[in-house]
Amino acid sequence: MRTYILRRLLQLLPLLLGISALTFLLIWLAPGDFLSMMAENPQIQPETIEAMRRKFGLDRPWYLQYLLYLKNVFLHLDFGESFSRHQPVFHVLRNALGNTLILAVAAACVTWMLAIPLGVWAAVRQYSWVDKTLSFLSFAWLSTPEVLSGLLLVFLAAKTGWFPVSGMRTLDWEMLGPLDKALDLLHHLVLPAFVVGLIPLAGRMRQMRGNLLDVLRLEYVTTARAKGLDERTVIFKHAVRNAINPLITLFGFTLGSLVSGAFIAEIIFAWPGLGRITIEAIITQDQYLVMGSVLMASVVLVLGNLIADFLLAWADPRITYD
Amino acid sequence: MTEHAAPGAAAPPPAAPEPLARPPQSPWTLFWRQFRKSQLAMAGGALLAAFYAVMVVAPFVAPYSFEEMDRQRFFHPPQRLHWVEPGGRWRLTPYVHPTRLEDPAEFRYVEDRGRVLPLRFFVRGAAYRLFGVIPWDRHLFGVEAPERVNLLGTDSFGRDELSRLVYGAQISLTVGLVGMTISFTIGLLLGGVAGYFGGIVDTLLMRFSELLLSIPGLYLIIALRGVFPMDLPSQQVYLAIIVILSFIGWAGLARIVRGMVLSLRKQEYVLAAEALGMGRMRIIARHILPNTMSFVIVAATLTIPAYILGEVVLSFLGAGVQEPSPSWGNMLQQARTLRALTSFPWLLFTPGLAIFLTVLAFNFLGDGLRDALDPRKVLGGREG
Repeated sequence: MRTYILRRLLQLLPLLLGISALTFLLIWLAPGDFLSMMAENPQIQPETIEAMRRKFGLDRPWYLQYLLYLKNVFLHLDFGESFSRHQPVFHVLRNALGNTLILAVAAACVTWMLAIPLGVWAAVRQYSWVDKTLSFLSFAWLSTPEVLSGLLLVFLAAKTGWFPVSGMRTLDWEMLGPLDKALDLLHHLVLPAFVVGLIPLAGRMRQMRGNLLDVLRLEYVTTARAKGLDERTVIFKHAVRNAINPLITLFGFTLGSLVSGAFIAEIIFAWPGLGRITIEAIITQDQYLVMGSVLMASVVLVLGNLIADFLLAWADPRITYD
Repeated sequence: MTEHAAPGAAAPPPAAPEPLARPPQSPWTLFWRQFRKSQLAMAGGALLAAFYAVMVVAPFVAPYSFEEMDRQRFFHPPQRLHWVEPGGRWRLTPYVHPTRLEDPAEFRYVEDRGRVLPLRFFVRGAAYRLFGVIPWDRHLFGVEAPERVNLLGTDSFGRDELSRLVYGAQISLTVGLVGMTISFTIGLLLGGVAGYFGGIVDTLLMRFSELLLSIPGLYLIIALRGVFPMDLPSQQVYLAIIVILSFIGWAGLARIVRGMVLSLRKQEYVLAAEALGMGRMRIIARHILPNTMSFVIVAATLTIPAYILGEVVLSFLGAGVQEPSPSWGNMLQQARTLRALTSFPWLLFTPGLAIFLTVLAFNFLGDGLRDALDPRKVLGGREG
């Protein structure tokens, strides 16, 4: 197992190198840069701009710029400086990534806490109106893009006033006690987490239903019923446990896609996460910030997939990993 | 695609064959018989056909042009159609009451119950060119000028939402078709080449597609959008969006097609074609790719919504189609503020419902196609 993990981690390196090269290429292809935008501002001295250009190595050929960037990232964990925020990129992104992960994990909780019970319910009542309603609803969910569900929830929240519709904290957050702080965060988290969590819900629910239906046909379930256990015990003690197994491995894959899914929710709910930073950075042509955020988002996605593979190897003894 | 060489043509049976219980059916007939059984898929297909038909004749269906502003009618709510006259008499065609601005600060309008404005069909209005060539000035419906009718309300510039929705479909609905066509052509070819040739070509293509798939979708779209200037005119943004979405879209498909080709190329009929000296690209195009078609058709139907949503998201973020050109995404952008959502909810529901219905219809259609094209399906019956 250890060699397997080590080998998979080593395989990440060329992938990350490739992602950083691709991002760098895209930024390099983009017309103009932040400094040329600054140059249009008459209040800034041309000397200042020239000094900044030298400091960031923008006057050198592109391959030297890229190598310089790689060296800083790998040796010093220095992702460059954000032009527009006058802060190190790493510092900006660390907070944003944390916020995005909070949102992604909360969304995952929403997905799983709804998908498993609903899937079990649909499977136990196969072909009943419950099953049919759930399957129709899951179609409707699948067809509701986040932009719509997000705006719809903002609309409902604004009408009812039950949930805050933007940001992550109330204004007087600093003055609250630790418990109130957590509650306040949760209160702000509910709507965006639902928007992000509902996307994969339909798929997970269908999977849970299918898995459980498969398991219910197996012989040990018949055995359990034959020895006189009541249906509740048969389903929850014997069947569900085995049906959940394949879903666990999907957890990692979901985490990666949730980071991408959080993008829209972050913008609609003004959640200070990675997606918001990225769109701001691309509009202000803050090139190191764009590269850093795309790189970080990719790392999360790739790590999520990796964890999923590890979980699979760990949970399923039929898979060899050497 | 549906051609089949008659098997056993070399040795005809000496006696006349037994009369068949059922006449032989072409794959198309079989497909259609199966597909017709799925009501949801039929409904989805019909809805999409209607949407695309309306899109084609948009200038005729839209009562006004998409950029015509009415400064008397900012944020006008959708007007109600009435069928019963104040006297209690039913009408064959509906009418609306003209409205007047009661509260300019809150944009509150009241109906003038005393006056009746019948809806007329094939009315004369703004001149346009149907299909871009035929000059005409008739519109599907409208009211006597200078009065105006806004069945789906107006936006912050007093532009008719219905007209913008119909014109916006020309962008939002075609992005999906064009983008899907391009990226599926690339995906099929590259997947076919990678699977058939193997070796270094395969390795390079697969590593590159892995790279594309490991960057979260929206981050990649946004980074790619950065390559083009932010202030492009609408036509060029439209092309840019298609290029971006196609550049991303081929990767997933190419990987699946590669897998299918890997197993197909060992089939006897491919070996036979090779033995007959057929060119490799011709084998890929004529013998291998057609066998992946039923998968590709289903995948294409289910992917189009992703392209439509790509445009919607980019325009919603302000990085897509720019005003005054309408697209469903930038119409939705008008609903981004809290005030718009609470006071003028039709700005959300008009484009929102159109997007939802389109995506839902594509999903139903794709699901039905999958059932109908599945060769393992028992002919004639649909198992539980």
